[in-house]
Amino acid sequence: MKTTASGASPLTPTTVAELAEAVRSAPRVIPSGGGTKPRLAREGEEFYRLSTAKLSGITEYEPSEFTFTALAGTPLKVIAAALAERGQYLPFDPVLLKAGATLGGTIAAGISGPGRFRFGGVRDFILGVRFVDGGGRLLRMGGKVVKNAAGFDLPKFFVGSAGRFGIVAEASFKVFPRPPGWRTLRLEAPDVATKGRLLMELARGRWEIDALDAPVEEPAVYARLGGVNEALDPLAMELLTRWNGAALTSGEAEFLWQTVTEFRWAHSGGPLVKVALVAAQVEEFLAMVRAQPEARGWVSGGGNTGYLSVPAGSPLPKLAWPAVMLRGDGPLWLGPTRRFEIMQRVKAALDPQDRFPRLDA
Amino acid sequence: MARSTRVPVLRRLHALLPAGRILAEEQHLAAYESDALTAYRNRPLAVAVPETADEVIALVRFCRDEGLPFVARGSGTSLSGGSLPLVNGIVIALNRLNRILKLDPAQRIAVVEPGVINLHVTAAAAPHGLHYAPDPSSQPICTIGGNVAFNAGGAHCLKYGMTSNHVLGLKAVLATGEVVEFGGAGRDQVGPDWTGLFVGNEGLFGIALEVTLQLLPRAECYHTVLAGYATIEQAGDAVAAIIASGLLPGAIEIMDALALEAAVAAVHAEYPPGCEAVLIVELEGPREAVAADRGRLDAIIAESRPVEARPARDAAERLAIWKGRKSAFSAVGRLSPDFIVQDGVVPRRRLGEALRHIDEWSREMGLRCANVFHAGDGNLHPLILYDGRVPGALEQAEALAGRILRMCVEMGGSITGEHGVGVEKRDHLATMFSADEIDCMQRLRAAFDPRLVANPGKMFAEAGAPALTQHGLHPLERAGVISRE
Repeated sequence: MKTTASGASPLTPTTVAELAEAVRSAPRVIPSGGGTKPRLAREGEEFYRLSTAKLSGITEYEPSEFTFTALAGTPLKVIAAALAERGQYLPFDPVLLKAGATLGGTIAAGISGPGRFRFGGVRDFILGVRFVDGGGRLLRMGGKVVKNAAGFDLPKFFVGSAGRFGIVAEASFKVFPRPPGWRTLRLEAPDVATKGRLLMELARGRWEIDALDAPVEEPAVYARLGGVNEALDPLAMELLTRWNGAALTSGEAEFLWQTVTEFRWAHSGGPLVKVALVAAQVEEFLAMVRAQPEARGWVSGGGNTGYLSVPAGSPLPKLAWPAVMLRGDGPLWLGPTRRFEIMQRVKAALDPQDRFPRLDA
Repeated sequence: MARSTRVPVLRRLHALLPAGRILAEEQHLAAYESDALTAYRNRPLAVAVPETADEVIALVRFCRDEGLPFVARGSGTSLSGGSLPLVNGIVIALNRLNRILKLDPAQRIAVVEPGVINLHVTAAAAPHGLHYAPDPSSQPICTIGGNVAFNAGGAHCLKYGMTSNHVLGLKAVLATGEVVEFGGAGRDQVGPDWTGLFVGNEGLFGIALEVTLQLLPRAECYHTVLAGYATIEQAGDAVAAIIASGLLPGAIEIMDALALEAAVAAVHAEYPPGCEAVLIVELEGPREAVAADRGRLDAIIAESRPVEARPARDAAERLAIWKGRKSAFSAVGRLSPDFIVQDGVVPRRRLGEALRHIDEWSREMGLRCANVFHAGDGNLHPLILYDGRVPGALEQAEALAGRILRMCVEMGGSITGEHGVGVEKRDHLATMFSADEIDCMQRLRAAFDPRLVANPGKMFAEAGAPALTQHGLHPLERAGVISRE
């Protein structure tokens, strides 16, 4: 299965054993999945590309356990469809699902959609992984049951690790029953200060808000409720009595949330960056995006996630928060990054020969 | 001659902290020689009682330089022997690092020192309508530092997850002496999840100095039902029906007859007579949502043919239900001089089968076994009763425990749901993980602790691990002050 490095056709293992063999065969290797977050899979010419395209499929799904296990290259839409058939879902709203994102890429990128607000993100639903370490060994960490405290939590560690420590072959996730109904409200937020405040106030209330997002361009905050229909109308009514706004139709709501999860609000090319925000700094983030005429942005997860997009060729503003570039040219990690010795030591423990990209590459 | 002057390393240790905060007298050490895994005791060389993060850092660096093993300890409630001292090492007691450094209701976070007690976080958050979700049974006494080290669980894990799902960031001193900061105040982060890796390290990576916790809005309303069943299978079937219905209860718990008997004896809990099992289900959320779900839950329970179903009519009745449940472990101490608490996990659909095996094997081995478990997430807590004064009884109880853990792994579950591996299950780690996998964990551990001074002998079975000797219940447990989960 030996091929040349970057430029030639990628290694395309069809089983997890072949994946381990492929890793062993290549001195330097970078995996790619659906190609929806291309910056993650772009490395220098010395890297062999490894495609997870043929490492696809749900290997176990037990609706009564609230768990499934799937190979890394499984498209999210395949998983979402299988779960929906049994009235279940991944509550963090997988991102770029329609665009063809895979489970492995979602773990590597560590990005979650608006639904992460209520129950948590990818890190909170991952239960276990099988992965290939830098020595080419196929290892299993974590478990397949919803509760497990045995061994170090490498499954969580891999979320957002951009393939620096290992290549995920298969992962197990927890799922939840899908709420029978949803309501989405558009609440008016005429200025950035109101927007920031509204996000925090809604997050503290009794309503169990399911998703809480704010586009940079619009003077509004979007709040979604999920649950039994009998409860949703009175809750929505109360929110609309308290704040000015209106309920979206289900069609409008579906369009809105897809706009978020598929990044349809963003420029079609050019850098797209995820920013690790904190709720109290939403105002600063909004101001930063607005200060640059061509930049677009979105605040998600109740003000804990920011997304920033600029057209190809435009410079990115200087970021005051840690960030990762999902597509576009430029460094993978942006903004202030904390580096500790332990990070390199862990890298050396899992990938002593730097078979995977270096930490700061 | 006092031990402190006899052992040279202790003389040097005394220089690190003011007088009176290095304990090395036998009568002081006795208080630290065990944790909630009371079957085991070890007397450490000394106990250091730091009051600041800088003192903890200095202690850890001292241990690194001296090659002196250390065990961090909060309230000593570990059920897996996680804070069992080492005879050739020191205990770093973190109880005085008990400040809540920051409580930010707007961002719903608290930054706390490791010695802060779990329930104190919720108490501090309560005036703002917030709470800290992870609720191990020991929550009135266990500390956040220990919760972080062992990724503590509780009764509400199915819906809310474990400790690691609520820790947003932390500052820690690693066993290398390096002081690191992972994560932060935000719920979403960029880059590898270092915070997630640290939580559940069982004290093998270092000591958390500051922990950023997420707070959640307190549920507005609860609906808690206690239902008694003639057989444990019926209770299990009721759980399956609840799960299949699409409801997502905050907690689903089952107690078997022996556990019920113990709770009755200990806290005068009252259960429907003639029941072999009791199911506790709790819904929570906005009142409109609970009102709607309540009807569905009550109908499912009615269909499951309980002997009796008792919904809690007010907050006091709800608390009484939980008191009976959370005291069950210690209560078993009234039925037997000694017991082992197990913590295996099986796929939920195989709960009934697992319980049948446990019942069969305990009869076969002549042991009594009470069962209390988090039915919602398949987390079993068999309590194996034995009398430590009878030669071979502990070994017999451990043999049953081992059999149960192997069954959990064979069924696709885990050897531990929430107590951690610690000393107790270190020999079973290899049941769940291959030699390559354990080697990978060892490499990781060595990255954090090249000199193997941080809590050695826990998680991994290895040479030089402390010898284990058995003892009875913890005196505080006997008195009903502390409890296990």
